[in-house]
Amino acid sequence: MSYSGWILLTASLVGVSCGMIGVFLILRRMAMMADAISHTVLLGIVIAYLVTRELAGVHMLVGAVVAGLLTTLLVQWFQGRGVQQDAAIGVVFTTLFSIGVILIAAKAGNAHLDVQHALMGEIAFVPWELVEVPLIGEIPQATFTLLVVLAVILLAVLAFYKEWKITTFDPELAASIGIPVAFMHYLFMGLVSVTTVASFDAVGAILVVAMLITPAASAYLWTDRLAVMLALSSAFGAASAVIGYYLAVWLDTSISGSMAFTSGLVFLFSLLCSPKHGLLARLVRPALRNK
Amino acid sequence: MEILWSANLQWVLVSMLFLGMAAGTIGCLSYWKRQSLMSDALSHAALPGGVVAFMLLGEKQLPAMIAGAAVSSLLGAFFIQMIRSSSRIKEDTAMGMVLSVFFGLGIMLVTMVNRTGNGNQSGLDSFIFGQAASMVRKDVFTMLALAALVLLVVFLACKEWKLFLFDPAFAAGLGLSMRLMNSVYLAVLVLVIVIGIQAVGVILMAALLIIPPASARYWTKSFRSMLAVAGLFGGGAGVSGTLFSSMGAGWPTGPFIVLAASFLFLISLVFGVEKGLLVRAFQLWIQRRRLAESETAIIGTGVKRG
Repeated sequence: MSYSGWILLTASLVGVSCGMIGVFLILRRMAMMADAISHTVLLGIVIAYLVTRELAGVHMLVGAVVAGLLTTLLVQWFQGRGVQQDAAIGVVFTTLFSIGVILIAAKAGNAHLDVQHALMGEIAFVPWELVEVPLIGEIPQATFTLLVVLAVILLAVLAFYKEWKITTFDPELAASIGIPVAFMHYLFMGLVSVTTVASFDAVGAILVVAMLITPAASAYLWTDRLAVMLALSSAFGAASAVIGYYLAVWLDTSISGSMAFTSGLVFLFSLLCSPKHGLLARLVRPALRNK
Repeated sequence: MEILWSANLQWVLVSMLFLGMAAGTIGCLSYWKRQSLMSDALSHAALPGGVVAFMLLGEKQLPAMIAGAAVSSLLGAFFIQMIRSSSRIKEDTAMGMVLSVFFGLGIMLVTMVNRTGNGNQSGLDSFIFGQAASMVRKDVFTMLALAALVLLVVFLACKEWKLFLFDPAFAAGLGLSMRLMNSVYLAVLVLVIVIGIQAVGVILMAALLIIPPASARYWTKSFRSMLAVAGLFGGGAGVSGTLFSSMGAGWPTGPFIVLAASFLFLISLVFGVEKGLLVRAFQLWIQRRRLAESETAIIGTGVKRG
């Protein structure tokens, strides 16, 4: 496949994976937790790198999941000690993120892992780092990781579709009919961390938040059905990625930045034009409603 | 050590002290408005405005960049408010979107400026993680004056803030305009954020607003002393973080300031007199002992009677 083909494929995979996870994030009102985890995942990656001196594969995923779960646990623990929820999130993620940045600046800073990369990703370099995969052949490392992660997400969502639905919309009912709500919660946080770290190479720690939240929020304005929302959100994510890529090429600027920006434009469009919840529809509808 | 005590660094430290104090006290207002993460969204949203100001002027002019940053930060606040009130999207989702989309736009603009090869670009990268030591004397004075102004606003109207935060209905009854108070609150919040960006960076500026108030709560119940303690912690974190970061070449200031603030938070969490971990453990221990004593006493009397 061509150079830009790989980039487009990788970016769309980020869009689809983040789009699916994002749906549950915003329905569970955990958008800011995603922001926190996307920051702290950096610390997990840096520590995994310092221990193994390798910047790829399983170590990073493990480091990221540990960092993500640690964030969730710490936030809950501080809340139990009388700190307000959003203050607790703020304290935990800024601290862990700072440790990560200082470790990069002082110890791990080199060609493979620098602060710039951590923030914005380097999707332009993705097609150069190839791995050999049986049956498929040579494929970029980041693309392969994303394919695996997307498969895991799809598997988790489809296998427990009903459970996700009930724990998301009515956790008390879920608990009363014996669904392990806490386990589902941590499983979900694990999925968020894995998605974040898989997207890390492509879009970096902060802009992944845009890909996680914005397509899902746009989809939320178009539909009330979970399955439709999942499909729409993935489509919006992939569209933002592709349009963002061409915008970046046209303006000669950061690809990840422009993917995030495009997702914002998609949201703005949805906010204006959605038939049910859009602002334009609202302007038109009062006349109908008064009848 | 001689380098550490250069005249410039002394001024930088003084201004960091004021910035930290201002951030700590404003943070208390956000804490009780339960809007800690709002400050995070607003500081990320400041990036594109600062860069646009730089692009228009073609060189680094702190006052202009502060103004640009303030405009885009307020625009972010407007978007959050608009999305929340006019659609089914919840506030935290709106904040996350504004934070990341504005930041993405900022990164786009920074990259474009860097690719044009403008010689003065170095000032832009320090916008992201902060570089207090790189501030020149004029920047330091700008920051100092604005931080002092913010402190003045908070302390002069302390009573009004208290009413605004804890009993808005009563305040409205007294004829205090909630709209005005809200606007002033947003204005000083954005002001602190934009003057802090140069030194702490857009990503971590929020920490200086969030962590000191969370720590101060472990020392006092009164709002006024919480303001003072949070100001003290913020100032302390600002000064010590800047000192640490100036020891390594090119070390970013922001993360060190955050770590200094978190260190103070941990100390407060363990040793704080209001519900600190040690105090709690001690109280629990005393209660257990009392319970045990009263139990033995009851059993003792029971035996006597028997």
